[in-house]
Amino acid sequence: MTKQDPTYITAREMAGRQREISVSEFFLKNRHLLGFDSRAKALLTTVKEAVDNALDACEEAGILPDIRVQIIKADQDVYRVIVEDNGPGILENQIARIFGKLLYGSKFHKLAQSRGQQGMGISAAGMYAQLTTGKSLHVISRVKGERMASELHVSVDTTSNKPQMHGKKKGKWDRPHGTRIEAEMEGRYQKGTHSVDMYLKQTAIANPHASFHFQGPHGEDISYERSSRELPPPPVEIKPHPRGVELGRLIQMLNSTKSRHLLPFLQNEFSRVGPKTARQIIETSGHSLSERSLPKRIAHAQANALYRAIKKVPVSAPRTDCVVPIGEQRLLDGMKKEIDADFYIVKTRPPAVYRGNPFQIEVGIAWGHPGGAGLAVDKDGHIDKVAQHKRDAAEALVLHADEPAHLLRFANRVPLLYEQGGCAITRAVLQTNWRNYGLKQPKGALPIAPMAILVHLASVWVPFTSEAKEAIAQYPEIIKQLKLGLQECARRLAEHLRRETRLKNEYDKRTHIEKYLPHVGIALQDILHLSDAERDQAIGKLDDVLHKSRKIQ
Amino acid sequence: MTDTNENTRLQQALDRKTIELIDDTAGSIRDSIERGELPDIELPVRSLGNVNYDIARGYLELGGATKTRTLSVNTVRSFAQTLRLMAAARQMVESNDFATKREAYYISKNWGDCRFDQQAESDAIMDDIEALASMHGLSREQLRFYPESHGGSVAGALTIIDTDPETGGTLSIDCAGLGSGAYSVPRSVERLRFSTDADFVLAIETGGMFQRLHNHRFWKKANCILVEMGGVPTRATRRFIRRLSDEVDIPVYCFVDCDPYGFANIYRTLKAGSGNAAHINRFFCVPRARFLGVTPQDIIDYGLADATHPLSKTDIKRATDAIGNDPFFNAHPQWIAAIKQLLEMGVRAEQQALAKWGLNYVIDEYLPRKLDDRVGFLP
Repeated sequence: MTKQDPTYITAREMAGRQREISVSEFFLKNRHLLGFDSRAKALLTTVKEAVDNALDACEEAGILPDIRVQIIKADQDVYRVIVEDNGPGILENQIARIFGKLLYGSKFHKLAQSRGQQGMGISAAGMYAQLTTGKSLHVISRVKGERMASELHVSVDTTSNKPQMHGKKKGKWDRPHGTRIEAEMEGRYQKGTHSVDMYLKQTAIANPHASFHFQGPHGEDISYERSSRELPPPPVEIKPHPRGVELGRLIQMLNSTKSRHLLPFLQNEFSRVGPKTARQIIETSGHSLSERSLPKRIAHAQANALYRAIKKVPVSAPRTDCVVPIGEQRLLDGMKKEIDADFYIVKTRPPAVYRGNPFQIEVGIAWGHPGGAGLAVDKDGHIDKVAQHKRDAAEALVLHADEPAHLLRFANRVPLLYEQGGCAITRAVLQTNWRNYGLKQPKGALPIAPMAILVHLASVWVPFTSEAKEAIAQYPEIIKQLKLGLQECARRLAEHLRRETRLKNEYDKRTHIEKYLPHVGIALQDILHLSDAERDQAIGKLDDVLHKSRKIQ
Repeated sequence: MTDTNENTRLQQALDRKTIELIDDTAGSIRDSIERGELPDIELPVRSLGNVNYDIARGYLELGGATKTRTLSVNTVRSFAQTLRLMAAARQMVESNDFATKREAYYISKNWGDCRFDQQAESDAIMDDIEALASMHGLSREQLRFYPESHGGSVAGALTIIDTDPETGGTLSIDCAGLGSGAYSVPRSVERLRFSTDADFVLAIETGGMFQRLHNHRFWKKANCILVEMGGVPTRATRRFIRRLSDEVDIPVYCFVDCDPYGFANIYRTLKAGSGNAAHINRFFCVPRARFLGVTPQDIIDYGLADATHPLSKTDIKRATDAIGNDPFFNAHPQWIAAIKQLLEMGVRAEQQALAKWGLNYVIDEYLPRKLDDRVGFLP
């Protein structure tokens, strides 16, 4: 074979080939980034994105969420996913853009705690459906107060990232308000850790104010009823904190600001920056910047100087009241509702800050099987055995004593089911020395114990490692807070276990002693010629004396 | 017979006292329960740490330390067993029956959880009850628990008056008229009476020596009573010798091997009682016993040096223990000197070593010479 000369192309030819890549096109090729890399995951991600949006919408509108999820098997590996909420509904002219355009949403441009962030998930689900079955997303929505509902089919033009609508019509819908979406896609319905069932169960734990109803393809019909009628307080929007801003973002902010001068720009666009701090930043930056510099005219070098000054000047920590934790009581209610266990511990940490973003950590531990050691102390000091009820092992979140603990991760009330290994939460759990608290823990692994560990991170901006929002980035401040929360719960767990061990020991001791009480009675009867009734009365009294005299430390 | 009636009355009084003791113990336990308090039994501590030797009294005695059994994890089992064994004792006193230690162990076998797993366990509980009873002047035999082993053998110038268990009539046994045989000390000697004009009792360690002295009628020649102890004397043997020496008021001489076992185990136990069962020593000791031989000095005086054996490690340990810890030896400097002498010589001599000078040297030479100098006997 003769070697061919390589063919080179000219810059002009090259230019001819270069063209804009639409976001939709990019994600179509990189669908794993959005969580559509396997059939099973695609099904779950679709449910998850739809439910997340539904919850966000309900809460923002002050409505207690009632969410119905239905999965119908349409064909081999083809499923219809229906998610319906009782939210405020979507204005007809917005429907297409919300469901048919990537990176369209209300949440990306503001810093406020919400489930969705990028405005990408649900459109990606629609796109995936369209790609795998050729069917477009079917949306029905009725805005609260309107007589008729809007119904239409939405698809994405992947080359232009533009939504396309078909069959738009007005019609009657028996719901007063809300949104229903239906997508038909290739998928696989499965059980276990990465199942829709598990996602809904965990969502119910973290959202005790929401009710879910699930109908699955195998006849599943499960209700997760709300345990609280109190909506979480609406999230407060905050401006970026100077600590968290990056140079590119700063330049973008300078360009798009409505402030005419640098001083008001700093004051208006950032949180925790008053006139004094703003002046100090401007002075520190030098570089011919002044209070009256025009933001849009600031050159790159100047912006860079400004950026460094922002990082140098001390600014008070961001306000943290914009973070809304689940709250200890409600997390506890949620856990008790959905996790069968003997003992529950919850802890909401005080808010903290990473890179200028406030966040808050909550940790919960559900321990053991209901009934625990199976012992209870009554008011007279007797220790009695109590019945331990059997449970459905498949649904159990608290596993057996010789299995690793079950780790449930949540970010802004959304369960994270994938990428456990790369998540800050997992790292913090592994870095916690559970052996200090009396548990078994193989080196570098989860503790071996009959328990579920719940960890929730609430933040105005959750630093996910990917757009699929499956794992939290490992910022040192976040790891630190996670570990503090875990340690506090573990400490309380250890106390509980010690108490339980003491109770068990005391029970064993009393059982040992009780064995001999009848013999004391018989001996007394023989010596003192007691009647059987007198003997039994003496034994009974002896038992009372025994239990009164012994303390459970 | 008046004696028998007297005996019976005494026995009945003792029985009443025994039942009273058991009833009081049980009654106070029941009262505690009725008051809603945790019941307990207080028993004397039976270990060597709670043993004193009072030279005036002449026996090892329990100190004042007590242990408490109650409804605690560690003591509830023995608490219940103590009570049940007391109930068994009470029943035997009422029905005038008895149980050997082995039988007592088997009685417990239908007590369920309370049963004794080994005889050592029932023996220990029995010793506890006995210790409690001894504080009230009552013996184990009074509680109707008898040891398995019989006592030693007796021969010589003694008539024993016993009661026929069947008829209740009197029986006389002449210990001089049993030919080459001997009288066997029964388990319980409390009802025996004695008649003798002997000068002393000779308590002998080994059966062989007893047989030699008996067959050659040494008792006739020396006008004495021979008692074979067969090693460490049993309680019955000790009690027998004690009652004999008390009732007919004659001295007791002890003739054993010249080794630490002979001194510390056989002689000390006969004279002052055993350290393990100090609670009963007041009945089971012979404070007026004296040590005839063989003494370390005898090895020299009777030329036995070449008929000795070196002291074993156990011997040496036993000897140093006696010097160091035994309250009896420590009360008698002569004994300390004698044991030290033995340790220096580093040898021990058996009774039979005397046969070196001829089989009957012991009868013809050794014993007469020793008996001529009774003041020189070790205390």
